[in-house]
Amino acid sequence: MGTPAATPPKRITDIGPPHFEKFLHPVIKKNYGQWKFHETLAPGVLCHVSETGERIYTVRAASPRLLSIQTIRLFADLADKYARGFLRFTSRNNVEFLLDDPAKIEPLKQELRAAGFPVGGTNNAISNIVHTQGWIHCHSSATDASGIVKCVMDALCDQFTEEKLPAKLRIALACCLNMCGAVHCSDIAILGIHRRPPKIQHDSLKRVCEIPTLISSCPTGAIRTATVDGKQSVEVIEEQCMFCGNCYTVCPAMPLSDPENDGLSIWVGGKVSNARSAPKFSKLAIPFLPNNPPRWPEVVDAVVNIVNVYAQNAKKFERMGEWIERVGWPKFFELTGIEFTRYHIDDFKNAGLTFARSAHIRF
Amino acid sequence: MAEEKGNGQGKTKMLDELEKGPWPSFVREIKKAATTSPVGADLLGLLEQSYEEKRTHWKHGGIVGVLGYGGGVIGRYSDMPEKFPNVAHFHTMRINHPSGWFYTSDALRTLCDIWERHGSGLTNMHGSTGDIIFLGTKTAELEPTFKELTEAGFDLGGSGSDMRTPSCCVGQARCEWACYDTMALCNDLTQNYQDELHRPGFPYKFKIKCSGCPNDCVASVARSDLSVIGTWKDDIQQDDAAVAEYAAAGLNVQKDVCDHCPTRCMDWDGKKLTINNRECVRCMHCINVMPKALRPGKEKGATLLIGAKAPILQGALLSSVLIPFVPAAELFDTIKELLSRIWDFWGEYGKNRERVGELIQRMGMPAFLDAIGLDPVPQMVSAPRDNPYIFFQAKEAKQ
Repeated sequence: MGTPAATPPKRITDIGPPHFEKFLHPVIKKNYGQWKFHETLAPGVLCHVSETGERIYTVRAASPRLLSIQTIRLFADLADKYARGFLRFTSRNNVEFLLDDPAKIEPLKQELRAAGFPVGGTNNAISNIVHTQGWIHCHSSATDASGIVKCVMDALCDQFTEEKLPAKLRIALACCLNMCGAVHCSDIAILGIHRRPPKIQHDSLKRVCEIPTLISSCPTGAIRTATVDGKQSVEVIEEQCMFCGNCYTVCPAMPLSDPENDGLSIWVGGKVSNARSAPKFSKLAIPFLPNNPPRWPEVVDAVVNIVNVYAQNAKKFERMGEWIERVGWPKFFELTGIEFTRYHIDDFKNAGLTFARSAHIRF
Repeated sequence: MAEEKGNGQGKTKMLDELEKGPWPSFVREIKKAATTSPVGADLLGLLEQSYEEKRTHWKHGGIVGVLGYGGGVIGRYSDMPEKFPNVAHFHTMRINHPSGWFYTSDALRTLCDIWERHGSGLTNMHGSTGDIIFLGTKTAELEPTFKELTEAGFDLGGSGSDMRTPSCCVGQARCEWACYDTMALCNDLTQNYQDELHRPGFPYKFKIKCSGCPNDCVASVARSDLSVIGTWKDDIQQDDAAVAEYAAAGLNVQKDVCDHCPTRCMDWDGKKLTINNRECVRCMHCINVMPKALRPGKEKGATLLIGAKAPILQGALLSSVLIPFVPAAELFDTIKELLSRIWDFWGEYGKNRERVGELIQRMGMPAFLDAIGLDPVPQMVSAPRDNPYIFFQAKEAKQ
């Protein structure tokens, strides 16, 4: 670093993240912990009012999550122009600009829209779809993530920029059931699934994997030792395989990707908020839809249909799962036209918990 | 990373379809990044091939990282290194985000400049766990990137069997409902556990997420081993004049507020709202609907819950209540003490790749409570057990 050093400079480690305080807008710093209430000025525009009477305005815009440094620099420039350089990202990958001057809200919104970033995602809207990496980066993905998100949100963009649903609606996508990001408590979850057992690479297995670790990795005990063509390897009891991919995670010689049999499943009715009803898991709506890039029409149609049926039938404030619980699952399948199959009935651990254990029958 | 242009340029017929439509396009982002790095073009080429063949072209991860750390970098190699040499290595770096994902424009530019010098120019803002994600670089660039990051005040996050970067909601920085300082707690935990974050020593991953109220904006109940969810112990703060204003403005207080209360603890006589706070379960519905009139109480803190996870391995779990209420001022110390006991037990009895929630399923919550020294309380269950197979302990028998 300019000066000749006899010993190498000390390596900096374990410093953690920068303290958030130096990134806070002065109005936020001053009113930290003193916010009194907030109101929504328009979809994507919030105003938080402090006990001191000071106000901070938030303008929320969509992002594809996968951002180039060029777009991040654009956000930085917009923050400088309209928000004194202060911005943040949300837990659903939206970008938020923090303004102290309400006169700057409209020009910022216009500039964001012109740059291709819709403003919205607040309250009874569909916010951004949280999602995983898919074919962009992941080895175990059963589908792409960013592509499906793009197609579904293209079809539902108006639901992001307006707040016209009965309640908020949260969609999430995971490209395999490892579920980086845990999509299992979403109003609508789009989940990539494998449907064929791993294709065991007997030639390399012994060399690249520890066989006892591999065998113990299987949650159903479907893997056992086998000698194949004189080579020490394993075999999979097919009827015990539920295609979770845990064996592939611990052993690269067990890939289970299969272009014609991998695809998507759709799950509905989960939530994490405690508002009204307790948090709940999403439940299976559609066990399989084909992988059909680049626009995945079957998945888009299925999600749009579910959103529309919910929007037309749920009462004000009812989340997807609360609506379905009120009207009953038979009604959900009837209204959406989705076929109920043997795959909808759980047969893993604790399966009985989702069986109908009363004579409260709906027709 | 000045290298020759890759083979992907101009051959992305399927991906080009994803530049159409009103939603922001990740393909456009990759094309933007391709203006400053040869990685973008090859990534497009590789991805186009995945779209054509309906399968991933990434191989099982390799072990790469920075000196002295065991986590924070996800090794990734493509299965077509000759065809797309610029994405032959495509490692991801996870970087601890500032609590609440707040930035200044200058901080973002600093990150962008580092990533322009050393990587693809592609990021995720942010990854599912919350980290800043630098998407795609070569092994040789890891140390130089790390050096510049730490000099700029940033550090790596976790991966593998270690603690992952804690995350939190916006909290008291911009929300009137935050029942404790989520951002301070998240930052303090992240700083306090740098060693556990960077050097994998657990049976599997461990996640902490801090939500300021039961709306749980960071989904802690679904995806964190330790969920910290803000709550209050006393009465909802109520402004009767503001309630009347909502009613005058057209809100149907009976239908939209009282009728949705899960315990029906609210009465509206057309003029005054009466809340039986002893029957309130702190669900947030009424507060969400009337933010100007109702607010969480003044005796604030958080509920600690344990054990959420996605399906791998034995099925998905939601967190369940461990300590119903910890006062806000005691949260950090309580969590530190609790974590040391939990990690001791998990470290001793947890199997390889067994999350703490699954360990509790396997060994039983009562055994877990014994191990960490917590007394059972009724708030831990939705109902007492309904089966009579009780593991009575021999020490309670008459000798």
